[in-house]
Amino acid sequence: MEPVLEIRNLNVEYGLGDKAVRAVRDVNLTLHKGEVLGLAGESGSGKSTLAYGLTRLLAPPGVITGGEVIYHPEQGEAYDVLGLSDRALRAFRWAETAIVFQGAMNSLNPVHKISTQLTDVLKAHEPKMSEHSRNARAREMLKLVGISPDRMDAYPHQLSGGMRQRVMIGMALILQPQVVIMDEPTTALDVVMQRQILGQLIELRERLGFSVIFITHDLSLLVEFSNRIAIMYGGRIVEEAPAATIYRDALHPYSKGLLSSFPALRGPRRELAGIPGSPPDLAGMPSGCSFHPRCPKAFEPCAPHIPVLGRPDTPDGAARSVACWLHPTEQPVG
Amino acid sequence: MKYFLQRIAFYLFTAWAAITLNFFIPRLVPGDPVQSLIAKFRGQLSTEAINSLYVLFGLDDDKGLWQQYLDYWAQLFRGDLGLSFTFFPSPVSQIIGDALPWTVLLVGITTIISFLIGTSLGVLAGWRRGSWTDGLLPVTTFFSSVPYFWLGIIAIYLLTGPDSFFPSSGGFDSSLVPAWDQYFIPSALQHSLLPALTILISSVSGWILSMRNMMVTVSSEDYITVAHAKGLSERRVAVSYAARNALLPNISGFALSLGFIVGGTLLVEIVFSYPGLGFILLQALGAKDYPLMQGIFLVITISVLVANLLADLAYLLLDPRTRKEG
Repeated sequence: MEPVLEIRNLNVEYGLGDKAVRAVRDVNLTLHKGEVLGLAGESGSGKSTLAYGLTRLLAPPGVITGGEVIYHPEQGEAYDVLGLSDRALRAFRWAETAIVFQGAMNSLNPVHKISTQLTDVLKAHEPKMSEHSRNARAREMLKLVGISPDRMDAYPHQLSGGMRQRVMIGMALILQPQVVIMDEPTTALDVVMQRQILGQLIELRERLGFSVIFITHDLSLLVEFSNRIAIMYGGRIVEEAPAATIYRDALHPYSKGLLSSFPALRGPRRELAGIPGSPPDLAGMPSGCSFHPRCPKAFEPCAPHIPVLGRPDTPDGAARSVACWLHPTEQPVG
Repeated sequence: MKYFLQRIAFYLFTAWAAITLNFFIPRLVPGDPVQSLIAKFRGQLSTEAINSLYVLFGLDDDKGLWQQYLDYWAQLFRGDLGLSFTFFPSPVSQIIGDALPWTVLLVGITTIISFLIGTSLGVLAGWRRGSWTDGLLPVTTFFSSVPYFWLGIIAIYLLTGPDSFFPSSGGFDSSLVPAWDQYFIPSALQHSLLPALTILISSVSGWILSMRNMMVTVSSEDYITVAHAKGLSERRVAVSYAARNALLPNISGFALSLGFIVGGTLLVEIVFSYPGLGFILLQALGAKDYPLMQGIFLVITISVLVANLLADLAYLLLDPRTRKEG
């Protein structure tokens, strides 16, 4: 599969100098064309920071301190998003990588009509487009996400939470980007609405062929909707594998902990267990593997040495990677 | 529309209450104009003279308070605000009519300029948070806490004098007759500069502060991040997303301050002896001139109410969330 977005050694810090908090540490991740890549982890694991970092949307005091984000456009040379000029970055945003944000309720400006907010993207990116075709395109997008086009003139407060998030999804697809980042897109919605919207999104992905980075703390949703899952802990990716592999046999004790903290709908009954302890303080990270103080299987090398993300010594090792001393890696991936 | 009619009804009721209070309050103040005249003449007036003064001023005790109240309303509807005691026998409406343009032009124009300048600077300071514009804040905080009239006194002390460009008092050169000609208008402008600057300096900082703070609050909203992520130009995000939303509270503040144009800067007019309403009101108070006081209060009340109504309407136009369906 062709890569569309490659994150290499990305580091993001909040603050400057000695007091800086490293929220994303040496992250390597590749998104392939047409796939849904899930990114899971507890609050504070750095998953949203990663998404904001790779689109350069970090609010101060967030700074990218190192790494590359290589984007492969449909035509032309690959380039590093982190090296783009302001002008080129503005052109890149939304046209190549669109984002659907966490707060479905607050993502739309309350004082502008839906139509204004849909068409101003077109105005900014395709200035030659006529007003008529801009409106036609906006209507088309609303229809695509299952909202009647006569709601064009509605204000955000006249729509329900689910409808607003649909509008946001429609808005994200309006320029036909290659990559759509979904940052907990359904957290504020009820479960029925969650499934409806995600189902619709997957259907749209099959029709339009974009790739998705899907960020959530809800691993059960990821198992169902994504092709591959990367699990983050303490700013690092600790395991990455096809969704079914993670579900069936996760290698990292943290992934196992996450998986056993929600019930399966089918299959044999099993004990539900949380992960004892609480997420690490990013300012005072434990030495070695940052999960070792909470890990039930921690042994000698865990405290002093940081495990590297690499191929494990399992039979299906080629398709997955893990950062754990229980599964010493042959070669680091990156 | 129904909402709009409700607001109108509410304002009519408020106007009635204000006018009624306006009638009673001066009558609760001890003393009357005749008493103050008697004091002025140090008891050299005969009883007959005093009585005829009472009749002349319409203060003969034949009428009860209720009758006076009814007469007051009847007069109001005829646009007759009575005769002034101090400027006897000029009608109050004429005195107010003469003074009002001075106040409205001086304070009105400065209020609008101050709002425009303050809001623009506030938008800039809020958007470029952390840059040199933050240096404005302590200065503006200082000036916003300085009372207008004190600034006026300092300005007169420092900037006026026998050969200064700035006149220290009045609205125009006393050798001129008010007219729309090439002598009078420059003189009026020259006289208005110092009071206008005083008001501007002390009021602009309030607008800067409130606008800047709203900009900072709005800048952290999700829809601003979305606007950035959409690749909109910096200018478009700042104006159409951030400033547009941050402006809402300031707009109602602005409409309210329009209401205070008439009554809010009495002290500046007094300090500069500017021939506006405030200056007249001071004289009316000194002379216990009820009709004039009532007339001025009436104008102030009505302008505050109209400004409130304007604020309601502006909000209705600018914030779709306040519009009710149906």
